[in-house]
This record gives sequence, structure tokens and C-alpha cells, in this order.
Amino acid sequence: MARELMKGNEAVAEAAVRAGVAAYFGYPITPQTELLEYMSRRMPELGRAFVQAESELAAVNMVYGAACTGQRVMSSSSSPGVSLMMEGVSYIAGTELPMVLVDVMRGGPGLGNIAPAQGDYNQIVHGGGHGDYHSIVLAPANVQEAVDFMALAFDLAEKYRSVTVVLMDGMLGQMMEPCELPAMLPMKTEFPDWAVTGAKGRERRFLTSINLNPTQQEITNLRMLNRWAQVEANEIRYREYFMEDAKYAVVAYGSAGRISLSAVRTARAEGIKVGLLRPITLSPFPREAIYQASRKLDGMLVVEMSSGQMLDDVLAATRFTVPTEFCARIGGVVPYPDEVLDSIRNLVKGPLTTEGHPRDRWLKRMAERN
Amino acid sequence: MDMIDNDTETLVYSRPNSLTDVSTHYCPGCTHGIAHRLIAEVIDEMNIREKMIGVASVGCSVFAYNYFNFDFVQAPHGRAPAMATGVKRVLPEKVVMTYQGDGDMASIGMAEIVHAATRGENITVFFINNTNYGMTGGQMAPTTLPGQKTTSSQNGRDVETQGYPIRAAELLSQLDGSSYVVRRSLNDPKNIRLAKKAIRMAFEVQLRGLGFSMIEFLSICPTNWGMSASASMTWLENNMIPYYPLGDYKVHPAVAEIKI
Ligand SMILES: Cc1ncc(C[n+]2csc(CCOP(=O)(O)OP(=O)(O)O)c2C)c(N)n1
Repeated sequence: MARELMKGNEAVAEAAVRAGVAAYFGYPITPQTELLEYMSRRMPELGRAFVQAESELAAVNMVYGAACTGQRVMSSSSSPGVSLMMEGVSYIAGTELPMVLVDVMRGGPGLGNIAPAQGDYNQIVHGGGHGDYHSIVLAPANVQEAVDFMALAFDLAEKYRSVTVVLMDGMLGQMMEPCELPAMLPMKTEFPDWAVTGAKGRERRFLTSINLNPTQQEITNLRMLNRWAQVEANEIRYREYFMEDAKYAVVAYGSAGRISLSAVRTARAEGIKVGLLRPITLSPFPREAIYQASRKLDGMLVVEMSSGQMLDDVLAATRFTVPTEFCARIGGVVPYPDEVLDSIRNLVKGPLTTEGHPRDRWLKRMAERN
Repeated sequence: MDMIDNDTETLVYSRPNSLTDVSTHYCPGCTHGIAHRLIAEVIDEMNIREKMIGVASVGCSVFAYNYFNFDFVQAPHGRAPAMATGVKRVLPEKVVMTYQGDGDMASIGMAEIVHAATRGENITVFFINNTNYGMTGGQMAPTTLPGQKTTSSQNGRDVETQGYPIRAAELLSQLDGSSYVVRRSLNDPKNIRLAKKAIRMAFEVQLRGLGFSMIEFLSICPTNWGMSASASMTWLENNMIPYYPLGDYKVHPAVAEIKI
């Protein structure tokens, strides 16, 4: 199929359409809005459901209702709107329903700004909503990956009855890139045996997340956790670049991963044996892959557009045994490849240490810089 | 027992098929039971049980799905109209109802109900106005009357600091998207009959695709009001009906043509 030049948000929307999404509910917020706008014309054209909700709160609960029928459903938003959805996401998780959510992250906290950032990592990867649950989180680093991850997100959500988040940022949402869209999938015609569709010729069904008996809730939570163990066993995804002979590695995801790749290429041209490990599933996190890689390394550099939210997970994955440095721009500032390149050079220059915390050293460097 | 002649005995009162065969957790005298039964009777009479999808809310009726014998989902506090929207938009041929208390619908869920009505969402909303938050132990609700004592308005609702009651039927009737919005009371046989007729009408509206319907039921909460059931009924008549007049607040011309 021909490659088309498409804006990230619109490409993701069309990819969801082609993955057979039956209903989309959303609310405008930059830098995600084009996704909603695209759906507002595309979904009705195909006879599928679209509602611009009165809030993200309503949008996620429309998703909740539609998800109860066993259809493919989704919403999208950006950081502040995603915060507002978290109650509903927790209910959806607690009801063990599939849902796909696209978060096009922006600078924060608070209203922040509309520039790209990765500050929702902890919220999305480590929970977000209340209670004990896990979500699957996919982090694309370019428009093509974002497109490819939409069908994957629906498949994973359904396979594991899980909330699946495609975690992008304003850069990926707003940039135009050539991409190849998948073929249009047929709509689902078979629905799971838990779907609420009207009790015609069968026993009634109900879906709820309330469990007043703590013992029963514990059983539910353990069932969910066992399912999560399957996700961890089967679905961890990451990409490695120049890692075969690497003595140093950058760990970065999404846009930060893409920027880091440019820096790594330049460093390689300078003769530095550095590679890139780019997590694709942030949850489940490629802990073991990072640990195994780290054992062969002299030093690591974590690059993020947040103040080291993933850094903590990387350090835990390496069991704090590998000298690690940190490089980040935050609040909506996007690092240049040169800044990452400098950090790679400084890492190589040393001193390499496992003492102290990489975030503290980075914070000091940031203070000196201003 | 041998006085009863089984051959000539006629059953005049039985459990509707649309109710499950369990006893409810509702307090003695609570009108949730009456509302449940009326809705179930109408669903049986209209033969739509297999098309029904209910949305329970957060409040005393959170377990409504245990009592209604058809498919059900259970919404977060206040979000039932949004959840019902999601269900109805993907299954437009089904009959979708929400069942909500006054804290749920008129406080935390005010945006969802107003916008569901505004969109003319083709769903039916049953709204139980018992002037307080029953499930959490009788706190002030948006419907609590001026001067009414609750556990969070212990000297009586002071409108200066705690605001005025919300008349939900009047409010929703003002929206162009709503088609059938009425207030009924569950206090005596006549009003209960009228309430049942309104339920029938609301489902007819939905089946004909005429859009948003809502019935407010004036209800009692003997436990939290600290009164007997019969004293509660008298209180409802003397205090609630004057503040919340019964009647039809919105009947779209297309709805007015329906004969039932
Ligand atoms: C987000 C959230 N806030 C608060 C609660 C606690 N809560 C449970 S039921 C309830 C009140 C419900 O009252 P109402 O809607 O009037 O129904 P009733 O119990 O009187 O039938 C509240 C506040 C909750 N479950 N969720």
C-alpha cells in the first residue's frame, strides 16, 4: 500500500478506524484534538458511533458503557484530560474490560502548556486510577509505529481484558510523517460471553466493579494479577539499536528515544561504542532485557522528557549495579540531539559511578546551566 | 389451609418476570422497592425484558442489577447517563435505562444528565428523589428542602450557606433535547398508578426513537429521615409535593400523540 504523509493524530485515528473501532468518545484538548476532529467526520461516515462528550469524565464513562457490550471502543486525550479520566479507567480495569486510550502528553503539571512532554509516565505506567490494577502501555517513537500500535492495542486489550494506553506526546501527535496504513479490518461479529447485549434467549449478565466482600475482591485482584503475569511473560516489547558490541547504552522511549537515536548515530560516527535500548511496552517494563544488557555495559544514560520517572524503573531494573547518568528536558522543552550527544560524551569521559543518584547530578548540571 | 380450593384459586399478584427471585437489601418502607416493581411490571407488559440494558448508579440502588432480571451494568457515581450513552450508541436497538438517586444525578452527575438530555440521548432515566444521600447515611442532597435536617445540615438546610434545592424535572424540561420529563410520587395508590403509566410512556418514547425521557419519583427514606414509613409518606405529602409539584414538565408534541 502507498505511503501517505499524515499528521500523527490523524494517522492514529485512521489506524483505529481500520482496526475496527466501533465507538469513539472524546473531548477537545491540545495537542490531541485532531484525533477527535478526524473521528467526528470519519466515524459517522462509516455508520459508527462518535460522541463529543461534555467532559473527559463523561467520555471515559461512555467508553465504559460501550466496552460493556464487547465492542472495540476508545478515547483519546492529553494529560489534564487523562487525569480527569482516571476514575473511569479504574472502574474499567476493575470490571476487567478492554479499552484503548491514546494519551498525547503535554507539559505539566496543572494546565501546563501544549508542548510535548513525558510527565504522565508515572500516572499511566504505575497506575493512575485508584486501586490495584495494571494497564498495558505502548510507546511509539514515530508516526508509523503509532499507526501500527493501534491494532495491536485493541488486540492486547481484548486478549487480556485490559486497559491499553498508547502513550504519545505532542511531538508525535502534531508531526507529519510518511506512513503506511493497514488494510481495513472487518468489524467484529462475535462477542465475548461476558458482553452485555440484552438477555435474549440466555441468562442475564451484569458487569460491575463493586465487591463489598473483601475476600471476593482479593480473589478478583489475584485473578487480574495472574492475567498480568501472562502479559509480562508474553508481551514485553523493546527495540535495540547498535547494542551488539555496545559498552554504553542509552535507554529512552517515545520522542526521547527517537532524539536519542540521532545522538547515538553521531556518537557511533565518533567511534563511541554506544547503543540504544528503546522500551516499547512501558508496562510491562522490559526489566529483564535492561538487566541483561546492563551486565555487559560500562555505563548507561537514561534520556527522558520528564524528571526521571522512567529513570527509577531503569535503575531498579539494573539493580543499581551499573553507573548511570540522566539527561532530560522537562515542562514541555524538547531536548536537542546535541544535548543528548554531549551527555553521551560526558558519560564516556566519566567518572563512572554507582554512588549518589543520577537525578541529583543532572539537577546540579541544570542549575549550573541556567 | 384446607379451606383453599386450589382449582378455583386465581393468582392476582405475583413477582414480575423482570424481577429476580431474591429479597432486596432495601430498608423496610423504602420506596426503591415500589419503583423497582413498577418498572419491572411495565417491562413485562411491554415484553421488552430481553431488549433491556440497565445502568445502575452509586447509591442505595447500586445493587439494582441483583434485583432486575435483565442485563445490567453499574456506573461510577453520577456517570450513569454517560455510560448509558455509550451502551445506546453501539446498541441502538436495545432499551437502555438508568436508575439514579438524587445525589447521584443532581449533584455529582449533573453535567452528565444535562448533556445526555441536551443530546436527546434515546435513553430513559429513573430518578429517585428522597431528599438525601441514603447510602452514606443521610447527608444533605441537592434536593434536601430548606430547613430540612440531615446529618450534614444538622440545624436544617440553611439556604444562605448551603444553597437551594434543585428541581430536576423543571430543569431538564428546559432543554430542547428532552422529550418526556415528568414528576410522579410513590406515596399512594393513585400516584403509584400514575407513576406506572409514566414509566410505560417513557419506554414508548424510547422505543419510538423519540429521545430523552426522565421520570422523577418523589420517594421516602424512613431510615435516614428517622420516621416510620407512614409518617414518612405524610411528610412527603406535606413537604415534598408542595416544593416539587407533580406533573408533566416536558411532553414533546410527538410524544403527546402516543396513546397508551
Ligand atoms: C466519586 C464518589 N464520591 C462519593 C461516593 C460515596 N457515595 C456512595 S453513595 C453516595 C450517595 C448516594 O446518594 P443518592 O444518589 O441520593 O442515592 P440514595 O442512596 O439516596 O438512593 C455517595 C456520596 C462514591 N461512591 N463515589
